[in-house]
Amino acid sequence: MATTAHAPAVTHGHPPTTTGLDHRKIAIWAFIGSECMLFTSLISTYLVYKGRSVSGPFPHEVCNPPQCATTLKPILNIPITSVSTFVLLMSSLAMVLALAAVENKDKPGWAGTGAWGRALASSKLWLLMTAILGATFLGFQAYEFTSFVHEGLTIRQNLFGSSFFTLTGFHGAHVTVGVLWLLTLLAIDMRRGLGPKDALIVDISALYWHFVDVVWIAIFTLVYLIR
Amino acid sequence: MATAATAPAAAQKGYEHEGGIWSWLTTVDHKRIGALYLYTALLWFLVGGLEALVIRIQLQGPNGRFVSAEMYNQLFTMHGTTMIFLVIMPLSAAFFNLLIPLQIGARDVAFPRLNAFSYWVYLFGSLFMNASWLVGAAPNGGWFGYTPLTSTFSPGLNIDFWVLGLQILGVSSLAAGFNFITTIINMRAPGMHFMRMPIFTWMAFIVQFLLVLAFPVITIALVFLQFDRFFGTQFYEAAAGADPLLWQHLFWIFGHPEVYILILPAFGLVSEVLPTFSRKPLFGYPVMVYSGMLIAFLGFGVWAHHMFAVGMGPIADTLFAVTTMLIGIPTGVKIFNWIFTMWGGDIRFTTAMKFAIALVALFTIGGISGVMHASPPADLQQTDTYFIVAHFHYVLFGGSMMGLLAGLYYYFPKFTGRMLSEKIGTWHFWLTFVGMNLTFMPMHWSGLLGMPRRTWVYDAGQGLETLNLMSSLGAYIQVLAVLVGAYNVLVSMRRGVRAGNDPWGGPTLEWSIPSPPPDYNFAAIPTVTSRYPLWEHHAPGTSDIPRTISDQRVPTAKELGIPMPNPSIKPLFVALFMTLMFACMLLIHLGKTPLAIAGIITCATLMTFSLYSWLLTPLEDEH
Repeated sequence: MATTAHAPAVTHGHPPTTTGLDHRKIAIWAFIGSECMLFTSLISTYLVYKGRSVSGPFPHEVCNPPQCATTLKPILNIPITSVSTFVLLMSSLAMVLALAAVENKDKPGWAGTGAWGRALASSKLWLLMTAILGATFLGFQAYEFTSFVHEGLTIRQNLFGSSFFTLTGFHGAHVTVGVLWLLTLLAIDMRRGLGPKDALIVDISALYWHFVDVVWIAIFTLVYLIR
Repeated sequence: MATAATAPAAAQKGYEHEGGIWSWLTTVDHKRIGALYLYTALLWFLVGGLEALVIRIQLQGPNGRFVSAEMYNQLFTMHGTTMIFLVIMPLSAAFFNLLIPLQIGARDVAFPRLNAFSYWVYLFGSLFMNASWLVGAAPNGGWFGYTPLTSTFSPGLNIDFWVLGLQILGVSSLAAGFNFITTIINMRAPGMHFMRMPIFTWMAFIVQFLLVLAFPVITIALVFLQFDRFFGTQFYEAAAGADPLLWQHLFWIFGHPEVYILILPAFGLVSEVLPTFSRKPLFGYPVMVYSGMLIAFLGFGVWAHHMFAVGMGPIADTLFAVTTMLIGIPTGVKIFNWIFTMWGGDIRFTTAMKFAIALVALFTIGGISGVMHASPPADLQQTDTYFIVAHFHYVLFGGSMMGLLAGLYYYFPKFTGRMLSEKIGTWHFWLTFVGMNLTFMPMHWSGLLGMPRRTWVYDAGQGLETLNLMSSLGAYIQVLAVLVGAYNVLVSMRRGVRAGNDPWGGPTLEWSIPSPPPDYNFAAIPTVTSRYPLWEHHAPGTSDIPRTISDQRVPTAKELGIPMPNPSIKPLFVALFMTLMFACMLLIHLGKTPLAIAGIITCATLMTFSLYSWLLTPLEDEH
């Protein structure tokens, strides 16, 4: 064991990381960078195909006979989607509060002492709230998709249908994964409680959640608002 | 204190790993995963080579009838797909796995189980892709799978295998990319700032960024294709107003960075081999790093040079011609730096060195023909001819494969603890070199004479007979080369000379530890004070294969109190169920949609269950 006799203390346990950050934090940023390219490809395709559909329904334009068999209204419903966008934005706020609650779990009364302060400091409440708001957004999307299908826009109907459903569907799938992730965190919180030591795993899910939220802002602007 | 840890210790016997198939199925050790990548990729190299051999038999004489036209289509598609995705990328991954942690002084990668997952996804994905041969429906639309040939005009299962197979393999590359980026940023030994990092790790680092930024684009392109084929969307349907070039743009935005994903790891390996055997530090290390970055950056801005023939107009053609020619500058810088590294050096012509020099020479030929078709008017003459085939075989075989073979001879001792035979290696090298040039050099001429690629026959009397016969003879020599190389690997694995820590007198940390290294790599994490820590202790390239190797046993991690990750079978299960989930989609095209949906849901559930079980199990025991 001559080789170990003078081995320095660094042998035991893990050496500190180069940046001081946890590995998972760096990995999630690399992942988000990669996801940017994924959504860039989807959004670019949508924009390239805008106005190229040879048959209706169209996103913003009215379609009258003889171009369409029956008169078609513009199909994107901006007021309703504004509400769902607001819901998703609020979920990011709830996520911030959930992370703050987990980080400060060992400082009782940090958010004030009254009922409001106790509510503000409840990580379970805010994780659940984030998940509910995310699920509500998905509900809006389900409603939107069904009503589009009723109005004659399916994924096979035209280029707009293909690129719209694929883009927003991919985003919806990301929100779904996020909701499942949040519910998993909630389950862990219920079982053993999340404390400052777990702040990192909540932080990572929060980064993912905010990213998905930011992507929606891009989609809402480029697909819904800009004609 | 810790500088001492980098001092070359007396040559030690390699660490004895526990054996048995279970230990391989559950391993999370980056060195063993690297070895799995290595052997799997070498097996697929034999398969891809066999496909090429059949192609050359078919083209040996005019109007060959060795295989049918349909079979020929499957052969060239699978040859390209196999060599790119199942051979060169995983061979590079084998070296990433073995070397990145060793070169930066780490004990493993950042996420050991994710690393195992990447390998299993690669293995299952490659088996899935090749299962298409068993049902007689191998992909037949070419490795770049242009639509609408692959959408509207390919109703069979062939393209489904290709689309789904590439999606599966993409998951493997992405997971590995996140893992290695984190490893390199976050696990460098004290003192190893970025400009002290070994050049191979630098090139690997750059490649990971290319992977994570380029693969999402082909993922989406493939999703569109998959949706067109399975669900009737219209992304590639020109009659519905679709852009006929959408696939080509998306594919090449991925496809051109992919070219650098294939070549930069080989560049990195050669940049390790040349200094050691020239007994000189690498010439212009910082410039080598910056030129690697510049190649990667420009690599995202040149994709449309693959599309000059489609009529994009003079502005786009000019722009992409200029960026393509620009990329020749950092590449040329690398070539000159390698030459200057050898200049005035005390060169040892080992097999690894011969392969490395071959890369410098042959890649230059491929690079120059590449700059030729960077010019749109020249490209219009050359595109879709054998001139292009000659070009990319000079960069991929003459470049990537030569570099990877140099790496194989140089690092085989680190993988196995034993040296590859230099005597057989010399034969391996010369047969490869002569065979390779005899095969691909004549293709420049057959291409300029107008012989189209991807065509199963050619007529007599067009001046193509001799050139094609030469190419086929070269292919037979390459078969011999591969057999000699395989023999060398198989024999040396068991009976090769024991390597000791540092058989070549290398400069970087991987040579300071036994071969093969113990599972914890470094008993004490070294502190790095220069780019070439080992050359502070001995002159470059001076140590040699030790005559005697100490019998002292290398202590285990437990004896040293080093925490090690537990082995886990779960990554294998997640990879397996994910592959099966993709495979179930084939049933949709067999008209069994309910069965497909049931299968997909079952596999997805099992995959999620395995994933949760993986994530909720700590990596290590409590300590």
